[in-house]
Amino acid sequence: MSVHSETKTAKRENGKFGEFGGRYVPELLVPVLEELEEAFYHYQDDPEFHQEFEYYLKDFVGRPSPLYYAERLTKKLGGAKIYLKREDLNHMGAHKINNTLGQVLLARRMGKEKIIAETGAGQHGVATATVAAMFGMDCEIFMGAEDVKRQALNVFRMRLLGARVNEITRGTKTLTDAVDAAIQHWVENSEDTFYLLGSAVGPHPYPVMVREFQSVIGRETREQILDAEGRLPDYLLACVGGGSNAIGLFHPFLDDEEVEMIGVEAAGLGLDTDKHAATFSRGCPGIIHGYKSYVLQDENGQITPVHSISAGLDYPGVGPEHSFLKASGRASYESATDQEAVEAFKLLSEIEGIIPALESSHALAYLPELASKLDQDKIIIVNLSGRGDKDVYTVAEEMGTDLK
Amino acid sequence: MSRISSTFESLKRKNKTAFIPFLMAGDPNYDLSLEIIKTVDRSGADLLEIGLPYSAPLADGPTIQKSSRRALDSGFQPRQVFELVEDIRRESHTPLIIMSYINLIHKFGMENFITRCRQSGVDGIIVPDLPPEEGEELKNISSQIDLIWLLSSNSPASRIDRVTRAAEGFIYAVSTPGITGSREKISLEIKNTISKIKEIREIPVCVGFGVSRPEQVKSLAEFADGVIVGSAIIEVIERAVNYPAGDIEDAETEEKLPVSINQQNLLDQLEKFIRNLTEPL
Repeated sequence: MSVHSETKTAKRENGKFGEFGGRYVPELLVPVLEELEEAFYHYQDDPEFHQEFEYYLKDFVGRPSPLYYAERLTKKLGGAKIYLKREDLNHMGAHKINNTLGQVLLARRMGKEKIIAETGAGQHGVATATVAAMFGMDCEIFMGAEDVKRQALNVFRMRLLGARVNEITRGTKTLTDAVDAAIQHWVENSEDTFYLLGSAVGPHPYPVMVREFQSVIGRETREQILDAEGRLPDYLLACVGGGSNAIGLFHPFLDDEEVEMIGVEAAGLGLDTDKHAATFSRGCPGIIHGYKSYVLQDENGQITPVHSISAGLDYPGVGPEHSFLKASGRASYESATDQEAVEAFKLLSEIEGIIPALESSHALAYLPELASKLDQDKIIIVNLSGRGDKDVYTVAEEMGTDLK
Repeated sequence: MSRISSTFESLKRKNKTAFIPFLMAGDPNYDLSLEIIKTVDRSGADLLEIGLPYSAPLADGPTIQKSSRRALDSGFQPRQVFELVEDIRRESHTPLIIMSYINLIHKFGMENFITRCRQSGVDGIIVPDLPPEEGEELKNISSQIDLIWLLSSNSPASRIDRVTRAAEGFIYAVSTPGITGSREKISLEIKNTISKIKEIREIPVCVGFGVSRPEQVKSLAEFADGVIVGSAIIEVIERAVNYPAGDIEDAETEEKLPVSINQQNLLDQLEKFIRNLTEPL
């Protein structure tokens, strides 16, 4: 059985990707997740649902996003031809909206009136507040107090869009605590509340559902590269935190054996420090937030604090399908440090006139190593998952420039 | 028959409801948590539930989260729970249930974990983030140890059926959909769930989550085989740790490390609290 068809069957097997995935949740959540699973599979096969989803993707999000040949970057690195999948050009500036739109349409069909979501950098919070505003739904965002401080602009955006931001002050006060708080709120309010999870993580059906809504990235890319080059790419490159932009790009190519896939995770201050979020490089299989996958944990099984300059990659778990792709050898996973990401951020800005998100900069940071070793007839596609306007303060600080 | 089952049998003969206190291993440190558990055991526990401190306790409210944090901050690690159980077993035969999140067991190694449970004298395990669908592997290797499953007032009939048939020892019925923590009011909706369970099979059902007062214990005892109290007991410990001088009004000192805890005073308070709580039973 091919990897592709195997991951497709996950939906009928309690969301297992090999040994990964599943549904490790309190009993109370099981009926709630079963209700969600049933609704998702029902509407996944419903042409009307798809029609509506595609309508908003086109007219609200602005899809399809371009596949852009980065000519100057290609020349500079002197190897393979580099294309950028421009998810940064989506409405609100990131790939996140593909998923929030899909889920909000599902929530409406399920008759839920309230939307809750967790957010790290605030990108998913903004994307959720956006679709909630769009359909006039009540929206509450859970965000670690530390992240609220770091991402004041996004907090303001969410409030502007009519959402309440619930500041979480426990634990490390970051994404992982926000996820805990959001799940707990959901347990108590599942009757009228839809939990709009932002990445391809969590208990089944979330990893499958988020991947399906994000797969529009890979489907478009496939068509676009065939149009432009008449053949499939040699490499796909994407950053991996939870892994939704990566799985969205990878998934439609899983059966194309000639296409290699590389995910790039955050090495923070370095893999040999205790300040990174490199789940594959330094973690091991475990259970977090309701699913089994690679997890950053200590020798006793306690979840360890993580660090990345990019709040969107600052997460101790990773989507279970990625763990499966790693275990099966179908995809490989590398890492980039904070500093390498900042270099890539600056390089793309200078050379292509595109300011990338710090998350996406991790994928770009792996290019010099990959592209320059390859012949000029090879093709690499990088998922430019978001734009970097939100990160200019962070990068300015890193460069020693005071903007305040 | 397991020690848990025979305890319920003998309580039933006396027409009594089980009282099951929950305490966190290692809170506020190894030695004092051992004294706390022994005191609570002596003060009227029919079974004991001991939690393993975890960094990401998904099903727990603020009180138990903080309790976990205190235990971890004291340097206590989950594997030490087996020493603790051995120490308890030196003077007590009360059935003892370990509550652990699945990642700790996974990291420990399931077989190894179960072996250590058996060796130290653990009678049952509750894994709050392991529904029966994911629990096959653990169930297959855990003979002699009862795996306690949970049900709640929002469980549909199909789940009640499935969980009840798989159940060992007793069923943990969650009073109100939500997380652990004291509640002003406890919905008696869980009564319906319990009747449905009893139609399928005669197995003890104990109610937990939110129980904090004698009158709640009393009303639950009318239809449940046991009552589980956690956060309310841990609040007594939390107050002693945060306000060692007994100055509860001074909220500013919260989260501060204890200067010194008046140990005897805390144990006396716990004994009084448990006796008061179990009075209606």
